[in-house]
Amino acid sequence: MSEPFEPKIIAFVCTYCTYAGADLAGTSRLKYAPNVRIVRLPCTGRISPMFLLKALQKGADGVLVSGCHPGDCHFTHGNYHARRRWMVFRSLLDFLGISPERVKFSWISAAEGGKFADLINSVTEDIRKLGPFDQYKELIRETETPATL
Amino acid sequence: MAKIGVFICHCGENIASKVDCTKLAAAIGEHPGVEVSVEYKYFCSDPGQESVKKAIRDNNLTGIVIAACSPRMHEATFRKACAEAGLNPYLCEIANIREQCSWVHTDKDMATEKAMDITRSMIEKVKRNNKLQPIEVPVTRRALVIGGGIAGIQAALDIANAGQEVVLVEREPSLGGHMAQLSETFPTLDCSQCIMTPRMVEAAQHPKIRLLTYAEVEHVDGYIGNFKVRIRMKSRYVDIDTCTGCGDCMTKCPVKKIPNEFDCGLGKRTAIYTPFAQSVPNIPVIDKTSCIYFKNGKCKTCMKSCQINAINFDIKDEFIELEVGAIVVATGFQVQNTAGYGEYGYGKYPDVITGLQFERLASASGPTAGKILRSSDGKVPETVVFIQCAGSRDPSKGVRYCSKICCMYTAKHAMLYSHKVHGGKTHIFYMDIRAAGKGYDEFTRRAIEEDEASYLRGRVSKVWEENGKLMVRGVDTLLGKPVVIEADMVVLATAMVPQPNAKEFAKIIGIAYDEYGYYNEAHLKLRPVESSTAGVFLAGACQSPKDIPDSVAQASASASKVLALFSKEKLEREPVVAATNEITCAGCWGCVLACPYNAIEKKDIFDRSGRLVKRVASVNPGLCQGCGTCVTFCRSNSIDLAGFTEKQIFAEVMGL
Repeated sequence: MSEPFEPKIIAFVCTYCTYAGADLAGTSRLKYAPNVRIVRLPCTGRISPMFLLKALQKGADGVLVSGCHPGDCHFTHGNYHARRRWMVFRSLLDFLGISPERVKFSWISAAEGGKFADLINSVTEDIRKLGPFDQYKELIRETETPATL
Repeated sequence: MAKIGVFICHCGENIASKVDCTKLAAAIGEHPGVEVSVEYKYFCSDPGQESVKKAIRDNNLTGIVIAACSPRMHEATFRKACAEAGLNPYLCEIANIREQCSWVHTDKDMATEKAMDITRSMIEKVKRNNKLQPIEVPVTRRALVIGGGIAGIQAALDIANAGQEVVLVEREPSLGGHMAQLSETFPTLDCSQCIMTPRMVEAAQHPKIRLLTYAEVEHVDGYIGNFKVRIRMKSRYVDIDTCTGCGDCMTKCPVKKIPNEFDCGLGKRTAIYTPFAQSVPNIPVIDKTSCIYFKNGKCKTCMKSCQINAINFDIKDEFIELEVGAIVVATGFQVQNTAGYGEYGYGKYPDVITGLQFERLASASGPTAGKILRSSDGKVPETVVFIQCAGSRDPSKGVRYCSKICCMYTAKHAMLYSHKVHGGKTHIFYMDIRAAGKGYDEFTRRAIEEDEASYLRGRVSKVWEENGKLMVRGVDTLLGKPVVIEADMVVLATAMVPQPNAKEFAKIIGIAYDEYGYYNEAHLKLRPVESSTAGVFLAGACQSPKDIPDSVAQASASASKVLALFSKEKLEREPVVAATNEITCAGCWGCVLACPYNAIEKKDIFDRSGRLVKRVASVNPGLCQGCGTCVTFCRSNSIDLAGFTEKQIFAEVMGL
């Protein structure tokens, strides 16, 4: 093995809790793995499973969804919608033969900068262990090749 | 064709030390659609903003990306700059390369690569941004102040004195809060009641203040400028308009031995009672749990004793619905439950008391009329030991923070005791003396030098009883020796903690709180009185432990924020709202189910002859808060959220 595999992870977070928690990790100067790219949304309720699929399709090795703790949603219950979608999406991935371990879910409040940093580190390590996500790319190659002819 | 300007900020060394900004600017300059890609030391500075404006004008930019700190810091700043340069402010996006990149990573190459990804994705997003116009909403010029302690009263008076209507809600039967319980206040030693009760009366009599005591806020709906509030008026079983407050009912009530909450259990009260003699309003309430009539249906002694028939056992709780434009939350604090301090013997030995109980003993209106007496035998204690940080700064008890007021009130207690009991001896165990405040350090010095309080730096491990004395074993870390003191009374400076229902209440109002239950401010330094929810402001110890001057200052600050809000006829709101596509909407009403704000209505579409063609969903932009749950819910992709459209987000993901 020459270089260790550096996974690319895309995080979909709500602006009120997790995005603010990530900012807090910054203002507290905590250090964490640089593998995560954050997409900010008003609420986890806005997160469509299509976004997650698109991220995986575009080369992400893992996807993270994080929002306010249950009961703390700024929009009262967007995170409950997110949680329900999440359960269905996970079983769909499982059905398709994609490891559900590639998609993570977490609750992080605006006060939990430390938890955010720990989460990013642990998610990065988990995805690193799973290795690069080629399955989907293979699939795309198969379906796209004839079309480009 | 998109012409995007990208402005990469060094933020001094904050970004530039971990992200190679020159490399970043060069790489971004190659990105399709990017017209300008420049770096600068501080784009938020005046010359920085001017250069952004100039670039917009000179190049006819169609959108800009500021790669700098979090949008929570300066999004508003740069949107304003955009507007000044003639570009729609919603064509500006912020790439967060400080809080979420340079500050959290150590490897410069990796950080630079990440910054590139972040900036690129924002470029792709901003290319698809639409010009948006802020939404105007009317403002209801009436404020709701929750909590009738010193902070709530101050906020209510400040707003009312400026001529605006205020509704002041207090959960207890009387205004006053904790400040009314105090004996004297540091650092001036003026009597708390003497400065507090006139304020209470002023608030109650103010023509612009509607006072609702023994009432609780049960439900809050709406948004800044337009809140709808439901308040439960708990039944006093005494008609508030008829009662004169003569007190006959209280003297006749046969249930006389209920521990008085106001005296922290040191005094007794009847089942029909006012919390204290100076209560405002001076109208009693019946404590349903202790009243004989409510237990077995017989008694009504109070009712018979009332000359004007003000008592009525059939009065029910009432609900009041109100519209208000702003809310000030001033719900205060509680003293930590000392049950976790078995080693100090609280609850086991009656002469181990809390600081608040000592306040009641020292208060002229307290159960001992201001004499410091032991609860056990009514004798004057000759030696008193004070234990500071009983709870505060102790992670093992769940309170890591400093309660801020204990150093000062303990010094005050020692002083009051030595003024009242000549020849009495005081010992104070402390960790550090934190006396930052005007006249505070001088005050603690006075306690030590003039009133001969003996300060011992160290912790107490155990308090036990021996031959009628309380034995206090601690350590004097400055001498490096264990000490045992024979005391007659032990006073614990217990931690200030949030109200027990603080978290549930925050959910009712819709504001954020920290791990303890203290309410979060919008920005710790720059927006210390605004909550996370627009139109809701914070005052007093519900936000963090505070003394009286700090609470009053924050209350006045909140009041000024409310008045600024009320100074406008209409408010501008962010146009991040959902809108439906009426052509494709199939009318399945999934969005109606998903919407937490009932902002989606059914709209009938008629043809020219007036025939109903179809019914579609339609979003009320005044009610929509922009969460976007409906967008994800929509089966036919007929709703989109301005500012976070499907196109924008997909583009953002593609850019990463």
